[in-house]
Amino acid sequence: MAAPGKLTGRKRLGWTVLTVLVLVYALFPVAAILATSFKTPGDLGNNTFLPTTWTWANYEMIFVGNAQELFLTALRNSIGITLIATFIAVVLATLCAYAIARLDFPGKKIILGSALAVSIFPVISVVTPLFNLWRTIGLYDTWLGLIIPYLSLTLPISIWTLAAFFRQIPWELEQAAQVDGATQWQAFRRAIIPLAMPGVFTTAIIAFFIAWNDFVYGISLTSTEAARPVPAALAFFTGASQFEEPTGAISAAAIVVTIPVVVLVLLFQRQIVSGLTQGAVKG
Amino acid sequence: MTTTADDSRRARRRATDQRRAVRSDRSRAEARLGWLLAGPAFVIMLAVTAYPIAQAVFDSMFAFRLTAPDERDFVFLSNYTTIFTDGVFWSALGVTVLVTIVTVAVELVLGFALALVMHRALKRLRGLLRTAILVPYGIITVVSAFAWYYMFDINSGFVNSWFGWVPGIGAELDWFADFGTAITVIMASEIWKTTPFIALLLLAGLAQVPEELLEASRVDGATWWQQMRRVVIPNMKAAIMVAVLFRALDAFRIFDNVFIMTGGDADTEVLSLLAYRTSIGRLEIGLGSAISVVLFLCVLLICFIAIKFFKVDLASGTDASGGKGGKK
Repeated sequence: MAAPGKLTGRKRLGWTVLTVLVLVYALFPVAAILATSFKTPGDLGNNTFLPTTWTWANYEMIFVGNAQELFLTALRNSIGITLIATFIAVVLATLCAYAIARLDFPGKKIILGSALAVSIFPVISVVTPLFNLWRTIGLYDTWLGLIIPYLSLTLPISIWTLAAFFRQIPWELEQAAQVDGATQWQAFRRAIIPLAMPGVFTTAIIAFFIAWNDFVYGISLTSTEAARPVPAALAFFTGASQFEEPTGAISAAAIVVTIPVVVLVLLFQRQIVSGLTQGAVKG
Repeated sequence: MTTTADDSRRARRRATDQRRAVRSDRSRAEARLGWLLAGPAFVIMLAVTAYPIAQAVFDSMFAFRLTAPDERDFVFLSNYTTIFTDGVFWSALGVTVLVTIVTVAVELVLGFALALVMHRALKRLRGLLRTAILVPYGIITVVSAFAWYYMFDINSGFVNSWFGWVPGIGAELDWFADFGTAITVIMASEIWKTTPFIALLLLAGLAQVPEELLEASRVDGATWWQQMRRVVIPNMKAAIMVAVLFRALDAFRIFDNVFIMTGGDADTEVLSLLAYRTSIGRLEIGLGSAISVVLFLCVLLICFIAIKFFKVDLASGTDASGGKGGKK
């Protein structure tokens, strides 16, 4: 289905329309919440898409105003917990995937199979016992109390994605380097690590997405600002006064937590797509 | 003469033995290294899932509330009878099944269309389209739920004023007050957020359809629809199956959207939300555990059906090195 060299006018129009349709589909809800985040309290109720007067007040409220403590603490929790969970998952998954791709040992299938089983596991099914256990041993409402369950979200997909990446690495390079006089470690470092890095990096981004997206663990295993991540904080955000819906502040906060993710997507879209599809389906 | 022959035979045998010993030594060392490297990840995954589900099965047989922790009575299966005789459970199960079937069906069609557009788009447009498609995937579900909620909400939304000309939609329509409209918005947000995932998987599947086959069918004068039905879709069956199964399992666990938009009001309660509200909301650990176990069994059942009847081979369908999954 190679693209024809020259496009006729009608075809060009067709492609333009299709592209615009896809862009509207993908971006419209984001544009809607972005517009809402710039509305004044008066505008929030007048059922228009765009604000009549644009204001930064909602952003001020969450960064320097009275919602600051709630939002910034949650943001710090989210960033910290997600990064730590991603880091641990990627390190462990790298070791695991290396062993799966490179070494011959009994139990490989079991490991891959259980990774698959864990990834289809309903989070809500394990959250009740964890809730109870965490309260008993003091992990409830702590960073560690979220990092550990986050590993169950990030490890399986990391292992699958990395194993798929590592299988494609020509491991003979390592031997070739050794024949050329490099030590085993040198050969590994010079020949294999540069080839493996893109895969590891892609996996880290995907794992970060998944942990950043978590909601069930976030609302179930925390109760205060000590560990509550942003998605959970958004859901429990009651606004400046009890009688006012915090629509503007929530929209602003939603935009703030969306920006880093969208930037990552824009920067690394190629890697993300190949990582996702290689990990999930490649027949 | 004979002694030397025996000697050499013996020597040869000794050498083979040694080699075998070396080989098994090496394979044992390799196995040890393999488990050393893979073990920690494996152990953590089991510890965070297998142990809690075992605990949930155990807890589900007790009448156990955190509000009265000392009154912990063994009731065996009576929590399950409570669940199965309560209309709330069946309603939640029904809504969950409805959401799963509708969203997966719509997503499959929409995702396939998106994949086709991306697959056939000009090089220049392809990057742009893929980036746009990835935005919903990257947005957290809670944010997407709020975005959709505010669009339709009677106080802050603009949908009623934009679509006032559509029969049935007016300024007074409260989308989240009735089951039909509420579940429609919930499913729409779910579809918006997760179709990109299906589209990307199907795009990868499309890339594997052999170009020669398409060429041949075109030469034979097949229409577009015939090409799709006879060549493209059969060749990406594995990709479609894997995408459908993963999405179905995911949709069955729907939680965030419902929690944000209705909190289970207007009869939109789903199984996950019921489990959450029972155990963490009302601290009924025993009953909540029982619902958790039922939810887990449902997910297992979906997997079992998919593997048994639709012959989804997860291991090779997802195996990058296999290279056979797609051609079955």
